[in-house]
Amino acid sequence: MATPVLVIGIGNPFRSDDRAGLEVARRIKRSANDRLKVLEIAGNPLALLDIWKGYDEVLLVDAVSSKSKPGTFQIINAVKKTIPAGLFNTSTHNISVAEAIEMARNLNQLPKQMLVYGIEGKNFQFGEALSPQVNEAIEKVVHHILSHIH
Amino acid sequence: MTNKKDGTKIIKVDTLARVEGEGGLYIKIKDNAVQEVRLKIFEPPRFFEAFLRDRDFREVPDITARICGICPVAYQMSSVHAMENALGVKVEGPLRELRRLLYCGEWIESHVLHIFMLHAPDFLGYEDAIKMAKDHGAIVERGLKLKKAGNDLMAKIGGREIHPINVRVGGFYKVFKKRELKEITEQLKWARDAALETVRWTAKLPFPEFEQDYEFVALRHPDEYPINEGRLVSSAGLDIDISQFNQHFEEEHVEHSNALHSVLKERGAYFVGPMARFNLNFDRLSPISQEAAKQAGLTKTCKNPFKSIIVRSVEVLYACDEALRILENYEMPDHPFIEIEPKAGTGHGCTEAPRGMLYHRYAIDDSGKVLDARIVPPTSQNQKTIENDLWHFVKKYLDLSDAELTWQCEQAIRNYDPCISCATHFLKLEMDRE
Repeated sequence: MATPVLVIGIGNPFRSDDRAGLEVARRIKRSANDRLKVLEIAGNPLALLDIWKGYDEVLLVDAVSSKSKPGTFQIINAVKKTIPAGLFNTSTHNISVAEAIEMARNLNQLPKQMLVYGIEGKNFQFGEALSPQVNEAIEKVVHHILSHIH
Repeated sequence: MTNKKDGTKIIKVDTLARVEGEGGLYIKIKDNAVQEVRLKIFEPPRFFEAFLRDRDFREVPDITARICGICPVAYQMSSVHAMENALGVKVEGPLRELRRLLYCGEWIESHVLHIFMLHAPDFLGYEDAIKMAKDHGAIVERGLKLKKAGNDLMAKIGGREIHPINVRVGGFYKVFKKRELKEITEQLKWARDAALETVRWTAKLPFPEFEQDYEFVALRHPDEYPINEGRLVSSAGLDIDISQFNQHFEEEHVEHSNALHSVLKERGAYFVGPMARFNLNFDRLSPISQEAAKQAGLTKTCKNPFKSIIVRSVEVLYACDEALRILENYEMPDHPFIEIEPKAGTGHGCTEAPRGMLYHRYAIDDSGKVLDARIVPPTSQNQKTIENDLWHFVKKYLDLSDAELTWQCEQAIRNYDPCISCATHFLKLEMDRE
């Protein structure tokens, strides 16, 4: 039997739009079942390598700051494409999410299928409120992920 | 590096990679002589000492844990010890052991992160650990697994791996039955073997020849390798109770750094961290750690800061060994904490963070409100020594190529595993008003 799909939302809950990934995970959690597992990660990206061990398909969501329009989102097929180094380093100083993914690639520890959703944030200052554009993007990503799975 | 027509060379690293926090480096060389060395710290100050004022003494360990995501336990421990000191309470027996166990977890995860992810790429010629993983996959995997053992120990005892929440003034919120610690014990047995392999591996790395005469400062305890307690001693004969810290150490503001430079009043720069602990406490290491250190070619006094990577790996081995000793003898404490009533007083706490000695002092009023706080983190204590190292290193290796010299200067900074965001937490803001 195929392993469940793992959805991982990443972010810092106290850095405004940086919480976007966590918020996606929280909303998808309502649909979690035997075929869908959802996790929220708010720290150490290196732990990801362990977290997705044993899953064939992983969908990872995080906020990004890539000078695109706030509220837009991009989807990167991490199995086929390198993650740009600077894309996710908004919330941590040493090893970023992009670096953790590239580390996994070099150690042959990437899941067989992996999509990375990057939601463009606007405000990464201290706070818990989401920008309206980002809030809309979160709904779209939730919808995209749920239709991708079903 | 830039070369000017008048013979001036500038080594400039705008943003240092593989260090925690935001810092840069500036070195000026003219006519083959070093003229200026500045370790620039521009991580913004975070004013923890100021906003601790007026908080209840019970809140302090959870607030100070937020100073650092890599070494939160150190901040919790120095603060609870200082509070307990102010309130005349001593936490002993199984609760003390449990705190030491938690601290071992932090030493393991923090040191292993630095050894494998931040420092080893320097020695092996890789830009970062990700590229290193391509050629040294098995070694990086061992590092990741070893780091996880430390993180899991912290998560088990501390409640979570980053900014643990289980420590309180007087003890813990929750303690564990012995059987609840069985899984982590098995994991640490593997970790101890992996740590021994790591000592052997780091010993084989290529080290630049570079020794300096340092004044090493660390805690020293009558029977333990220093983690959570002891007198403050130095290789130049300092031997004081931690309450005398202020009489012997002072902090200076320098223009190019958002972190204060800490110096010994009488003698200036000093050196804290794994090498200081090792040099002042070799006889307190467990037999397996002493033996591994000897086999790795370390003598009782190591003066080459590039070899700190070996010393750090000896300390990982010690932390695994010590954690297993504690787990083996572990008895569940009868009560998770000692009840404490507030009263006015001043307390000092000093413990050994992975990067070196971390001093806290608090004054509280009779209702337990913080009146005054002082925090002196290890990186601010090492800043002057890092700059001195760069000064002497560049002088000695002026004939290296520009790229190589810049590379090795960065490596020389990483010898100290600087935690820049910790070091900026205490800067005092001075304002002139007219």
